[in-house]
Amino acid sequence: MESLFAITTGILSACGLYLTLRGRTFPVVVGLTLLSYAVNLFLFSMGGLTTDGPAVINGSNNEMADPLPQALVLTAIVIGFAMTAFAIILAMRARGDMGNDHVDGHDHAKHDADTRKDNVLKERQR
Amino acid sequence: MISHLTVLPVALPLLTAMLLLFQRHGQVRFKRVLSVTSTFMLVLISSALVIQADSGEITYYALGNWQPPFGIVLVLDRLSALMVLLSSLLALGCVIFACAGEDVRGSNFHGLFQLQLLGINGAFLTGDLFNLFVFFEVLLLASYALLLHGGGKARIQSAVHYVVLNMAGSALFLIAVGTLYGATGTLNMADMAVRISHLPAEREGLVMAGALLLLVVFSLKAAMLPLYFWLPKAYAAAPAPVAALFAIMTKIGIYAILRFYTLVFGEQAGGLANLGQEWVWWLALLTLVAATIGVLASRDLRQLIAYLLLISVGTLLAGIGMGSTAAVSALLYYLAHTTLVTGALFLLAEMIGAQRGKAGTRIVKGRKMPHSSILSLAFFIAAIAVVGMPPLSGALGKVLMMDAAAGTQRFWLWPLLLLSGLAGIIALSRAGSTFFWRAQGGDDNNERISRRQWTGVALLLLTSPLLVIFAGSVSEYAQATAEQLANPEAFIDALLINTGGAQ
Repeated sequence: MESLFAITTGILSACGLYLTLRGRTFPVVVGLTLLSYAVNLFLFSMGGLTTDGPAVINGSNNEMADPLPQALVLTAIVIGFAMTAFAIILAMRARGDMGNDHVDGHDHAKHDADTRKDNVLKERQR
Repeated sequence: MISHLTVLPVALPLLTAMLLLFQRHGQVRFKRVLSVTSTFMLVLISSALVIQADSGEITYYALGNWQPPFGIVLVLDRLSALMVLLSSLLALGCVIFACAGEDVRGSNFHGLFQLQLLGINGAFLTGDLFNLFVFFEVLLLASYALLLHGGGKARIQSAVHYVVLNMAGSALFLIAVGTLYGATGTLNMADMAVRISHLPAEREGLVMAGALLLLVVFSLKAAMLPLYFWLPKAYAAAPAPVAALFAIMTKIGIYAILRFYTLVFGEQAGGLANLGQEWVWWLALLTLVAATIGVLASRDLRQLIAYLLLISVGTLLAGIGMGSTAAVSALLYYLAHTTLVTGALFLLAEMIGAQRGKAGTRIVKGRKMPHSSILSLAFFIAAIAVVGMPPLSGALGKVLMMDAAAGTQRFWLWPLLLLSGLAGIIALSRAGSTFFWRAQGGDDNNERISRRQWTGVALLLLTSPLLVIFAGSVSEYAQATAEQLANPEAFIDALLINTGGAQ
């Protein structure tokens, strides 16, 4: 189970990291979401993985699950939700105000196309 | 009542923010009065806390009466009391300034401002690593909204960068906290310090990874060299009172480094003692170099101030990197000075920009300002203070820092610190002479500057001469704080005495 858990967390964070580094806001938001999933899974496992362990000591059982990570991960999930919601609204607002959805606010592809068009027009005028 | 004083810097802004939320579309006057009153109360409370902490006793406030290391605690020692006092003083100046009209440009400015204060004070007071994360998130979420206050292209664009970067930072924070919890089995900082002192050797690597990851997160907040690129843009774009309040945000990162690494990785940590200090020292020097170049290259006054803030960050981090008690005490004095004066400069830049019309704060020839004489005087005082010229507090802070450097450290720190000061003088005198002397034309409209704006700026600027006049007692306090930080045993004993050392 440990290796499955580790591989899942690793793949999630790798995908999240890749998407976060993209140039447009939508993949970035999705990337941050994936990253927060990976982090939540990681937090969940930080007390060690146990199966069928009770979260509260019931007197007889020695093999208990660590309850603290569960409490922490709950907090982290709630905060993550709030942050994601905010990031989405911000991305939409940026799209509206800047006229494009690039993280740095410049649409390089459109800019290149415009310069090319200008050059063609100049050629024709000549 | 007196025992509940520690929780008030967190509870009072929360209560005020909730009240303001009910009045979101209510009377502006009511909101202003409530916000200023609450912030003023906060200054009184934090002064009381400083007096209480100055006795040298470390007290904690167990929330819900859950005893440490099991419950969440707020810890009051000299350092946290000083930081809370600083943040509330700065906030008072900002909030009075904002009452001149900046607060009605968007919705719920005062509520968000109070939530930001809640996060800042909480981060200074908490004694628990996960709680530190929670308070970081509170202050970040409030700061995102405040940064966007009033809207505009520049703000949106810098906010996108700021938000994405800090969300990634939060993810790293959680990973670091998780790793440290997995390796030590606790989140209470004092308890973690105890457990690291007898850590099994095979877990040392894990703790080191977690702690260095945490250093990355804290240096993102503090804006250390490879992680500062978000700062100039965001601070230059933010509304003036917000930018001024943000002057304390970088100090939160510095506080966190100071608190966590002196406590957990002090002498008692064995092989892990002084972890990360080398990194901080060299990167701090590089931050100084980069910020010096930035100061000289800035074409906008607000950007220039943001880079001056970065110089102060580099200086403070160098103080942490030196690590000696003298260096820490010098850095605390410098920290008090730089936070308040940089805040005042941000506010002043807004006033200058508003008077210049279209030219704004860009360092270009503009129209004559109706109130240029008094503005130039204030700008002159602030500039002298911030670059560290005598007779104001900046000079004293820098001298203390340079005096604290020992051996080969002097060889690196002195030239860099002095050169950064020189660059600051050049850049600020260029900006000032362009603003006030090269101005021409302009109609003679006698638009008055709001008295509230003057009050806010004067409050923050006055602290600089006061820091010089009371330099003796302030530096004594800083010295005592540094000694307290150098003895983490006292901190640990104060928190864990009831549980018999918590093995």
